[in-house]
Amino acid sequence: MTRANLLLLLALAVAVPLSLLAGRVWLDPWATPNAAVILGELRLPRALLAVAIGGGLGAAGAAMQGYLRNPLADPGLFGIAPGAALGAVLSLLLGLASGWWLPLFALAGAAGAMGLLALIAGRAGGIALFTLAGMMIASLAGALTSLAISLAPNAFATSEIVVWLMGALTDRGWPDVALAAPPTLAGIALLRLAGRGLDALTLGEVAARSLGVSPARLQALVVAGVGLTVGSGVAVAGVIGFVGLMVPHLVRPLTDRRPSSLIVPSALAGALLVLLADCVCRILPLATELRLGIALSLLGAPFFLHLLLKMRREVA
Amino acid sequence: MTRDEANKGVGPGESVSSGESVSSGESRSPGRRSAAQAALGSGSSPERTGRPELAASDVHMAGRLAGISAALRPGEVTAICGPNGAGKSTLLQCLAGLLEPDSGEVLLDGAPIRSLHPRERARAIGYLPQDGEIAWDLSVRNLVALGRLPHGDGGGVQVAGALAALDLESFASRPVSTLSGGERARALLARVLAGEPRWILADEPLAALDLGHQLALIAHLKQAARDGAGVVLVLHDLALAINHADRVLVLDQGRLAADDAPEIALDPGLIGRVWGVPARWLGEPGERALVAG
Repeated sequence: MTRANLLLLLALAVAVPLSLLAGRVWLDPWATPNAAVILGELRLPRALLAVAIGGGLGAAGAAMQGYLRNPLADPGLFGIAPGAALGAVLSLLLGLASGWWLPLFALAGAAGAMGLLALIAGRAGGIALFTLAGMMIASLAGALTSLAISLAPNAFATSEIVVWLMGALTDRGWPDVALAAPPTLAGIALLRLAGRGLDALTLGEVAARSLGVSPARLQALVVAGVGLTVGSGVAVAGVIGFVGLMVPHLVRPLTDRRPSSLIVPSALAGALLVLLADCVCRILPLATELRLGIALSLLGAPFFLHLLLKMRREVA
Repeated sequence: MTRDEANKGVGPGESVSSGESVSSGESRSPGRRSAAQAALGSGSSPERTGRPELAASDVHMAGRLAGISAALRPGEVTAICGPNGAGKSTLLQCLAGLLEPDSGEVLLDGAPIRSLHPRERARAIGYLPQDGEIAWDLSVRNLVALGRLPHGDGGGVQVAGALAALDLESFASRPVSTLSGGERARALLARVLAGEPRWILADEPLAALDLGHQLALIAHLKQAARDGAGVVLVLHDLALAINHADRVLVLDQGRLAADDAPEIALDPGLIGRVWGVPARWLGEPGERALVAG
């Protein structure tokens, strides 16, 4: 295990138990009434969900940046997250948001986006066409989501959709963990399998092929891995942006900068970031709890700006 | 897109004869196979019972290559020369198994290269692209270790050997972003050498280098050929080709205009016809300089 992984794992091991105690009301396991219920039924699943979703987004971001050889790439670029969001919004619009329907619709949306991507990009595995296809799907899904919102039958439905789109981990329970964790773990495993191909891509597409990498297989691994991690994340928590962009950046200096070395530490750091951000959302004394998606975007936008300014200095 | 595509006028139909007329009497037509020589290749399986050679057999690519036949031998430095858009890079990528010809075939030791598993092909043929892209700021050692990917091992010994061969040992831990152009080119060549390929195919490996680095790098490539590898270079600089290659292929609009020893292939008359510039060589063989225009 590398030093970065060890450090991040230790940090998580400290942060998860602490996060269980954090909230508008700080919890004392021995004094608070119903502490066991609050911990076991509310805060533990919520913490595990934050870890799963953050881990998935971090790993997906690292893989996307490696695949596109671009440090500004984000899992949203492939249109998978917008596709999942569209699915979820449709279920809300149809009044099918209860129980498993919303996550199932979201997963179907993610799968639909992945299928479209595969169809358009074809078998050659070229990256430029693939990226354009992803951006097209993302903007199409965004437009259809807006259409769905405008078609909402009443103001309540509209606000329900809009609030859901902001992303949150409020009132999630064990069923959500059961839904999100297995696909996320499977997705991270697939992205790890893609690691060697991503390393080879460091030298460009043609050189990667000359090293025996199959572009079609690599693309399939990346799409399936990003689809599983991001799709299941959106299915249970809504759209949570910027994690996939920020985390690989923060982690990269701790690694040897090979894309394959970045995937697991990014998963760990993503888990840590979402967990901490969710704690901040719970602790802040606002009238209503700050939505996690908004909190991370508020954090992410200045981070992005900082990156751009740094790049501008390097260019100058 | 690529400059090879600028050359759309080549009719594939006219080309077959031009490919054959210059095959330099080497009697190395890929059809003939010698089981005895198969053992020279590394993992020689029953279906690969050819002589150890990399051969193009009547290779066509629409608008780029019009019937190229040439059999390349290990232990030699072969230069591919020609004006912009003549199809040099396309031919190199076909030979590397990275582009599939519209018709015709590339044979590695007598077996069609497209029948090889990509990793098996990658172990046999190292390819050095022209752009020299390095997307992430790896250390030199990790960059060179990428050459071991087809073997699926870290290849500590081979990586150390490649670093030593190109005098990069003191740079091994440096990030590639801190290298000069010449050091970077050496590191990229070391990446290819670390895979211990039997064939090294390089697209303009010397283009961005100053004189000293050009000579140093070509010395490394000639050493690889002496060690038994087949070295195939796309070269713009005709003086480098005539002085250092064992054999020169001249491409003109997707056709083979010459395939011979450098002094014969790069005859001033042929340079005049293919490049459209009057030219003459100064100096003695091995120390030639070109005066053109």
